[in-house]
Amino acid sequence: MTALDQVEVKEGVDQETVDAVAQLSGAYKYGWNDDDIEMDYAPKGVNPDIVSLISSKNEEPQWMLDWRQAAFTRWEGMSVPNWAMLKVADIDFQDLYYYARPKSMEVKPKSLDEVDPKLLETYKKLGIPLKEQAILAGVEGAENDLPERKVAVDAVFDSVSVGTTFQAELKKAGVIFCSISEAIREHPELVKKYLGTVVPPSDNFYATLNSAVFSDGSFVYVPPGVRCPMELSTYFRINAENTGQFERTLIIADKGSYVSYLEGCTAPKRDVAQLHAAVVEIIIEEDAEVKYSTVQNWYPGDEEGKGGIYNFVTKRADCRGARSKVMWTQVETGSAVTWKYPSCILRGDDSQGEFYSIAIANNYQQADTGTKMVHLGKRTKSRIVSKGISAGRAQNTYRGLVSMHPKAKESRNYTQCDSLLIGSQCGAHTVPYIEVKNNSSRVEHEATTSKVDDDQLFYCRSRGMDEEEAVALVVNGFCKEVLQALPMEFAMEAQALVAISLEGSVG
Amino acid sequence: MLEIKGLKVDLEEEEKSILKGVDLTVGAGEVHAIMGPNGSGKSTLSYVLSGKDGYEVTAGSATLDGADLLDMEPEERAAAGLFLAFQYPVEIPGVGNMTFLRTAVNAQRKARGQDELSAGDFLKEVRARAKDLKIDAEMLKRPVNVGFSGGEKKRNEILQMAMLEPKMCILDETDSGLDVDAMKLVSEGVNALRSEGRSFLVITHYQRLLDHIKPDVVHIMSNGRIIKTGGPDLALEVENNGYADLLAEAE
Ligand SMILES: Nc1ncnc2c1ncn2[C@@H]1O[C@H](COP(=O)(O)OP(=O)(O)OP(=O)(O)O)[C@@H](O)[C@H]1O
Ligand SMILES: [Mg+2]
Repeated sequence: MTALDQVEVKEGVDQETVDAVAQLSGAYKYGWNDDDIEMDYAPKGVNPDIVSLISSKNEEPQWMLDWRQAAFTRWEGMSVPNWAMLKVADIDFQDLYYYARPKSMEVKPKSLDEVDPKLLETYKKLGIPLKEQAILAGVEGAENDLPERKVAVDAVFDSVSVGTTFQAELKKAGVIFCSISEAIREHPELVKKYLGTVVPPSDNFYATLNSAVFSDGSFVYVPPGVRCPMELSTYFRINAENTGQFERTLIIADKGSYVSYLEGCTAPKRDVAQLHAAVVEIIIEEDAEVKYSTVQNWYPGDEEGKGGIYNFVTKRADCRGARSKVMWTQVETGSAVTWKYPSCILRGDDSQGEFYSIAIANNYQQADTGTKMVHLGKRTKSRIVSKGISAGRAQNTYRGLVSMHPKAKESRNYTQCDSLLIGSQCGAHTVPYIEVKNNSSRVEHEATTSKVDDDQLFYCRSRGMDEEEAVALVVNGFCKEVLQALPMEFAMEAQALVAISLEGSVG
Repeated sequence: MLEIKGLKVDLEEEEKSILKGVDLTVGAGEVHAIMGPNGSGKSTLSYVLSGKDGYEVTAGSATLDGADLLDMEPEERAAAGLFLAFQYPVEIPGVGNMTFLRTAVNAQRKARGQDELSAGDFLKEVRARAKDLKIDAEMLKRPVNVGFSGGEKKRNEILQMAMLEPKMCILDETDSGLDVDAMKLVSEGVNALRSEGRSFLVITHYQRLLDHIKPDVVHIMSNGRIIKTGGPDLALEVENNGYADLLAEAE
C-alpha cells in the first residue's frame, strides 16, 4: 500500500497552514446558531411511534421499518456502556428530540429563490461555495455552471440530508452518492444487501439506538473497476437544540474500485450538551480501496466544561475481498466527549488496514479514541499511528485492539502511539490490547509520552513567533505523519484547527 | 546599538548568581568578540538578552537602540532586530526547515507592519542564501535540526540569520564543531552581512574564527564579569598564553 511506504515530506502543506492559522482568530469558529431557521420537530423522546414517524417521514418501505423496530426492541434491553475512561453526565434519552428538519425542506425547492435564505447563510458560514450552496439547496440545473472543483458534497443538517452535489457527473461514472434515505427508496437491493452487515443492529448501545432512529446520512456505491472521479464529502451540522443527531453512512467499494471520502462536522455553541451517535459502515471488496478522512470539529464546550457535543460513534470497515485496503484518517479536535474507535476487519487475504489519528483535547474535553485491527485473513497488514495531544484539564486516552486470529498467518501490525502534554493538569493514557493466536504473525507497539519542550518554544520565539504560533508549529510537527495522510484540502483545514483548538493552552 | 549596564542575573530555580555586573556597549556597525573560560557566563548573557526563561535580572539594564530589551517578550526582541545563533541549536521534529524559516520571517514582518513575503520571493531568497552556505535543498526540507551534524546545525543558524536580517547578531560559539571549510563559509556568510547598521557580538574560544571575522573590540569574561577589554591583540594573547595571567591581573 502506498501510504505504508510513503515518508515524503509535503513541504507546501504546513506552510499554507501556518498562513491559514494566522488569518484565523477567535475560538470556536462555527459556533453560531441559526435559531431563526424554522424547524419541524418530532415530539421529544424515543419509542416505537417515533421510530415509525422517522421511517414514514423518509417514505421508507416496510422492511426498513421492521429493521428499525427490531433494533429498538433490542435497545430497550441494553444499558449504557461504562468501560471507557470518560466521565459523562447521565444522558436522559427521553429528553432529546430524535427528529428535526428545516421546515423549508419539506418540499424540495426548484430555484435558489425558493430556498430559505437562512439555510444558504449557514452553508456560507461553513465555507461551502455559493454555487454548491445552490446545488445543496436542490436548485435544478445549478450543477451545469460550476467551476472546476472536484469535490462532491452532501450536507446533513440536523436530521436530514439537504442535498448532494455533482450527482450527474458521478452517475456517468456509475458512482452512486446520495443520502441514505434516498438510497433506501431508489436502491433498496444494495441497501438490503449491505446495511448492518458490518455494524449489526445488535453491536453496541449507541449503534443499536442509531439503527432504530437514524434519520439520514450518506450512501456511496462504487461499481467494479471504477475509480471515483472526485473526492466525496459530507458535512454534518447539528443545529437544533436538544437534538440528537444519528446519521448512518454506508459505503460500498465493489471489486477493484477506489474512493476517497471526507467527513466534516460542526455544531453551534449550546450550554446543554448535545448527542451525536453515528454509525459508519464500509464494505471493501476484492482489490478495492477506500480512504475515509474525518475532521471532527463539533463544539467542545466552553472553558469550564459546560455544553458541547457528546460524540459516540461506531465506525467500521470490512475488508471482505482479497487485497482490499482501507485507510482511516481522523482529526478529532472537537466534542466535549469523544468515544470513537474506527475499526478494520481484515477478512480478505493480503488485505490492509491503516489508522491515522490526531486527537486533541483542551480545557475539560475528554477523548477516548483508538482503533481495532482484527486480522482474520492470511498475510494481512495493519498500521496504527496515533497522536494524542492534551492541554488544560483534558484527558486523552488511546485505546487500541490488535487481534491476530489463528488463520491470519504471517500477518503484521505496527502501532505507534505518541502523546504530547501541554501544561501539567492534563492527562494522557495508552491502553493497548494485543491478542496473537498464531505463531507466524508479528505485532510491534511503540509508545511515547512527552511534554511540549520549553527549549523548542523559546527557539521559535527567539526567531520572532509568538507563543501560540510556536505551540501550533511544534504541535503540527508532532502530528506531521497523520496530517500527511489527509487529502490536501483537509490537511490545511486540519492544521488550522490544531492551532485554534490549542488557543489559550499556554501562558 | 547594544548597551548593557551593570547587569546582574541569578538563576530563578536556585540561589545562584551567574552574571555579577556586566557592562558592555556595542556601537552600530561594530564587531565585538567575547572570550572567556568555560562556565564564565557567556551563554547566560546571550540567553538573558534574548529573553529565555529561568533567569532573574536583579540589577542593571540592557537596551537595543534605546529600547528596553529586558521588558520585551522574546519575539518582540527578535522583531526589534536581535538575533541569537544558539550554541546548541534546538531540534523540532516534523517541522520542515523551510516552513520554520518562512514562519519566522513572516512573523517578524507582521510584527513590523510589513506585508508577508510571497512564497515565490521567499523561495528565491532562501535558495540563494542556502547556496552561499552550501546548504543543499534536501536539508531545507528536513525537519529543523533533526539529525543534522554539529556543523550543519551551525550553518543552519547562519542561514536563519541571513534570512531574518537582524541588526544585532549574537553568535554563541558558532565556530565550535565546524571543519576548516565550513568555518570559512560561515565567516564569509557573516562578513557578507557586515554593514554600517548591523553589529555583531561573537562568542568564541578560538582566535581561528577571529582571523576570518576581524573584531573591532575583544572582551574577556570571567566569573560573570567583563574583566578586560581591548583590541584584536587581546585575542592573540589569550590564544598564546591562556587566561591565567589575565585572571591574576584582574584579581
Ligand atoms: N539553568 C542552569 N542551572 C544551573 N546552572 C546554570 C544554569 N545556567 C547556567 N548555569 C551555570 O552558570 C554558569 C555559566 O554558564 P554559561 O553557559 O553561561 O557559561 P559559558 O561561559 O557559556 O560556558 P562555555 O564556554 O562552556 O559555553 C555555569 O557554571 C553554569 O553551570
Ligand atoms: Mg556557552
